[in-house]
Amino acid sequence: MAKAKKVQASGNKSFGFRAGKYLSHTWQLWVMLLPAVVYIFIFCYIPMYGVQLAFREYSFATGITGGKWVGFKYFEQYFTSNMFWPTLRNTFVLSFFSIVVGFPAPIILAMIINQLRHKKWKRVVQTTVYIPYFISVVVMVSMIQVLFMNDKGVIGNFLKQIGLVAQTTNIVGSASTFVPLYVLTGVWQSMGWNSIIYIAALSSVDTQLYDACKIDGANRWQTMWNIDFPAILPTVMILLIMNMGNVLNVGFDKAFLMQNDLNRSASQVISTYVYQVGIKSSQFSFGTAVGLFNTVVNFVFLMVTNWISKRSTGTGLL
Amino acid sequence: MANTKMKSSDTFMKSSSMADKIFGAAVILLSILIFVIIVYPLWFVVIASISNSNLVNQGLVTFWPKDIRFYGYEQVFQDSRIWTGYMNTIIYVVVGTVLNMVVTMPAAYALSRRDFKQRNGIMMYFVFTMYFSGGLVPLYMTISSLHLISTKTILIIIVAVNTYNLIIARTFIANSIPEDLYEAAVLDGCSHFNYFIKVVLPLSKAVISVLVLYYAVFHWNDYFNALMFNSNSDHAPLQIVLREILLLNQAFSSGSGGVQGGYGQSSADQVKYAIIIVSTVPILCVYPFIQKYFEKGVMIGAVKG
Repeated sequence: MAKAKKVQASGNKSFGFRAGKYLSHTWQLWVMLLPAVVYIFIFCYIPMYGVQLAFREYSFATGITGGKWVGFKYFEQYFTSNMFWPTLRNTFVLSFFSIVVGFPAPIILAMIINQLRHKKWKRVVQTTVYIPYFISVVVMVSMIQVLFMNDKGVIGNFLKQIGLVAQTTNIVGSASTFVPLYVLTGVWQSMGWNSIIYIAALSSVDTQLYDACKIDGANRWQTMWNIDFPAILPTVMILLIMNMGNVLNVGFDKAFLMQNDLNRSASQVISTYVYQVGIKSSQFSFGTAVGLFNTVVNFVFLMVTNWISKRSTGTGLL
Repeated sequence: MANTKMKSSDTFMKSSSMADKIFGAAVILLSILIFVIIVYPLWFVVIASISNSNLVNQGLVTFWPKDIRFYGYEQVFQDSRIWTGYMNTIIYVVVGTVLNMVVTMPAAYALSRRDFKQRNGIMMYFVFTMYFSGGLVPLYMTISSLHLISTKTILIIIVAVNTYNLIIARTFIANSIPEDLYEAAVLDGCSHFNYFIKVVLPLSKAVISVLVLYYAVFHWNDYFNALMFNSNSDHAPLQIVLREILLLNQAFSSGSGGVQGGYGQSSADQVKYAIIIVSTVPILCVYPFIQKYFEKGVMIGAVKG
């Protein structure tokens, strides 16, 4: 810290009085940062240091850093285990469909809301679509259980009546319906919330552009496609990159809570598997290795999408 | 594109307005459809919680409550586990959110100072944790080595600062508080501490309310951390209790779960609906008042530094 002060003193000499004032107070900024820095250090960086556990044999006596170095043994154990492909595939499938269905949904919703001319109705729609976001995962999954309950669930029965789902399917208890159920209820819950940012981007479009469109004789559909859509494209790209960075970060909570013996073949994702082997059955090193694999793949995805986006549209996150 | 423009300017105004009418109607129909899809599940839970559960199970309750009764709510209010969970959650929400703000706001202020040379480096220190983490097991072992597993403390401090919220606060302070104020304060011999407390905090009401709400909702809904780092049922927050009752189908302490036959099961279902309502209503009650702040928060976050 003392060194930092010196560097600044030499850089700021010409500011005289103000620089002097600033310097005498820099320590206060450090004090204000201290709690946050310490917290992040303990709960983020120390666990990162603990990642070496993935390469070591865990022993109770010596703790995280004392075990015997075993290299990639636990990664090999995961890659060759019969849970590797199922967990990887399930994670990919869930996040792939969550992005394919869940990413465009708020954009379309924002476009629709933006086109509503009746002010009051617009307000009502906007307010109601945000509500599901505040429902906790536990309550959300309970709602899924009761609304799609076999034979009794009111929405499940409705879907069967209109022929969208086969009569004999147990919606909450079969592997084939797990993915659509997970993805679509996810869209139901977050679509409205995620649309806020697009609605705001749409409301900041220069109204002169609309007038120009009118003079050109464009109809509302053409205006939407040629003015509104390009206006939100940068926002879309940034959010797409952020989503891609989380491609293997399937939320643990929902998959874990929706899991039952009947749908496990589709619902066992990497994060639930880490919990099961790493925490529940105390295979600490193995669990760490699986978790690290997950993090690294996510990081690579983020970097690649960021690179592609920078190349093709000039917008990037990093 | 030039082609379509030519075409549309060639056609008569009438056909263009016809297309607009169809478009307008489609938009309204779609918005009604979305509205129904969003609202109906919520509405159904409400009516099912106050209807005769046998009728609910026979599929006779669809749009309006039938044979209104409050059996489910009576059971919920008699269940001590729910009240323990409620009390714990309120403690976590209140203490946790206060801690969050005390940690986040000063740090955000320090990071917003343009003349603070190390701020970009420190920002990297925070942002890196958004994209890379040690994973669940090392985190568990770290907490375990601090002897914090199954304590109330860990459920309060586990997310003392959220990097995303820190960025929101920093962006707000950097962009919306005039630098002139700082210059004037410095000339008056004001320290960072004083400037932060007397000038920055009063001018940051908007972002403070946003963050309080973000953090409070997070604590209210937090389930993951309690599942991972707590196994003491005296410390269990509401969400854990809810899971036990709603998803693991544990018997109700007042005994209704033990009743034999169809009646027992159907009243258990009614209790579920009632619990969903009782646990979600507090958040939904404040929601209309805080909605504009939430929207504002998303916007501040979107500017991103």
